[in-house]
Amino acid sequence: MAPLLQVDNLTIRFPRAEPVRDLSFDIGQGETLAIVGESGSGKSLTALALMQLLPRAAKVASGRIAFGGRDLLKLDAREMRHLRGRDIAMIFQEPMTSLNPVMTIGRQIAEVLKVHERLSGRAASERAVELLKLVRIPAPEKRVDDYPHQLSGGMRQRVMIAIAVACKPKLLIADEPTTALDVTIQAQVLDLLDTLRRELQMAVVLITHDLGVVAQWADKVVVMYAGRKVEQALPGDLFNNPLHPYTRGLLAASPRLKNDFHYRDGALSEIPGSIVSAAGEAGCPFRPRCAQARASCGHHVPQLTVPAPDRLVACPFTSPIKAVPHAAALSL
Amino acid sequence: MSTTDIGTLRGVAAERQIAPIEAEPVAPSSPADPAWSNMKAPDARSQSSSAVAVTNGRRALKVFLSNPNALFGTGFLALVIIIAFIAPILYPDDPLSMVGRPFLWPGQNPDFPLGTDSLGRDVLAGILHGSRISLFVGLTATALGLTFGVLVGSVAGYFGGWIDDALVRLIEIFQTLPSFVLLVVLVAIAQPSATTVTLAIAVISWPTVARLTRAEFRAIREKDFVMAARSLGYGHMRIIFREILPNALPPIIVTSSVMVATAILMESALSFMGLGDPNVVSWGSMIGTGRELVRTAWYLTALPGLAIVFTVLALNLIGDGLNDALNPRFSQDR
Repeated sequence: MAPLLQVDNLTIRFPRAEPVRDLSFDIGQGETLAIVGESGSGKSLTALALMQLLPRAAKVASGRIAFGGRDLLKLDAREMRHLRGRDIAMIFQEPMTSLNPVMTIGRQIAEVLKVHERLSGRAASERAVELLKLVRIPAPEKRVDDYPHQLSGGMRQRVMIAIAVACKPKLLIADEPTTALDVTIQAQVLDLLDTLRRELQMAVVLITHDLGVVAQWADKVVVMYAGRKVEQALPGDLFNNPLHPYTRGLLAASPRLKNDFHYRDGALSEIPGSIVSAAGEAGCPFRPRCAQARASCGHHVPQLTVPAPDRLVACPFTSPIKAVPHAAALSL
Repeated sequence: MSTTDIGTLRGVAAERQIAPIEAEPVAPSSPADPAWSNMKAPDARSQSSSAVAVTNGRRALKVFLSNPNALFGTGFLALVIIIAFIAPILYPDDPLSMVGRPFLWPGQNPDFPLGTDSLGRDVLAGILHGSRISLFVGLTATALGLTFGVLVGSVAGYFGGWIDDALVRLIEIFQTLPSFVLLVVLVAIAQPSATTVTLAIAVISWPTVARLTRAEFRAIREKDFVMAARSLGYGHMRIIFREILPNALPPIIVTSSVMVATAILMESALSFMGLGDPNVVSWGSMIGTGRELVRTAWYLTALPGLAIVFTVLALNLIGDGLNDALNPRFSQDR
């Protein structure tokens, strides 16, 4: 089956920097792809590039974004606008500020239906109630007339999801959808997203820096560092056998690595240094922070290799998979 | 989730990989079955049980109505509006016609409670009819200036770039000219009439609104909900008028009440200088004709002057009240 979305060699350029370089990934119908990486690794810019909503200064310098056989980069503004909200929808990080404060949530949901499905006012408001029901908001008939400030953060994110899935999009981009929510609500919102994905046969691009989210909800994981893909794997492989030194560092830095870990038991391991500027660095972008860095790492950017089926890694010094006892590497 | 044991995550991830995507039964979502709402959304449950807050608009109205100054302003303005409507019924004759002996002081003759002027015209009839022209010019000029100013300001603020540059230059051309001089020139070129005076006042008052609207739009267009609206494929016009403009309205509404007052003052000033419509009585023209007699018959200038003062004061009080009610900086802690 041809992938629903295929991104080839995407490079995003600002006048003085290239925050995303040579990024490729694809996602099949109904699949969940997680993009992980720390702040500044280019995750959100990638999402905005998919929507063609990059900030004015940024340009897609090269690459191809094929969605359902069409190259999004070749569409004009009008065609892209028809696609947005109907075929590709997006959920943002901040549910507190992503809803229009002076419009009732019912009208905000109805609005997108009027624009894309040409529903009449009445039919749209009926659908709005159904959608609120779909995202599990209690008493939706009453809630449609509420303003955003009358809802909690979790409820608002549910409303955002209702708006996003209103036109049954084929692809949903969720840019850190739960970062602003507290932990118990996070799981509920992600559960809801997963249920809707199944019900509506949507593909989901889940952008996150939370490895727990990746393990539970992703079908495929792309690890980004400084605008590049450094590793791609199925979530099980990634957790059992991380190949790239950065991925290993990320996993080691997760709290409660051991059962009953308490902060008094010792400090969490960390990745030294901070994310390097994506501009003007020769060689491997992770080299300054990498424990296994060698002289040759500074010569050129490591190419992605295929060490095993369904895997990609951008580091030449990963030992053959069988030979690395991952537990030892993680000192578990 | 970040506090979960990595070991468990591995298990979860492995399990997920093995299990193929299968259509899970949809959770029951009928309102008749409220059980899930606790399970799936406890946050929602606690919210629905708490008292529902008053909406923005109603809360603002409450603040406005609890302000005695604003209430006085609204009451006085309502009185002026009623007077403007019933003036032709009370005094069906032309207020510019001579009806009695000149220089009757207020109270001297019960037929002319506010006296007569140097030509024997009824002062009370003049003041009542004058409210019509003052309100007409004030409201119409403000409506025109507001419409054009909001259009220019929103387009400039929303699009930015060269469109913004061009429109800001246009605004600056108007703002560098002394506005009252421009007004006098405009009215002098066109024949003075209620229509031309109104248009001229609109021409000199729109740049203020445009600047204000532009500033609001520049701030609001960066908000997350505007980005969300763009991500839903909304067109520019829909984003400008449905998403941003309602959020930019409070300061514009406040300004507009002061604009009405300013327009009334400008019309009076023009009439005072003899540049008003000569066929219509207005408060300004009454002051203008009475100014030479200010030492002998001061009531001829004082009475229409009081009418102007109280009307403008009422509008300013309304403006202050609206500001208190609508300005988010003050309304947050109420």
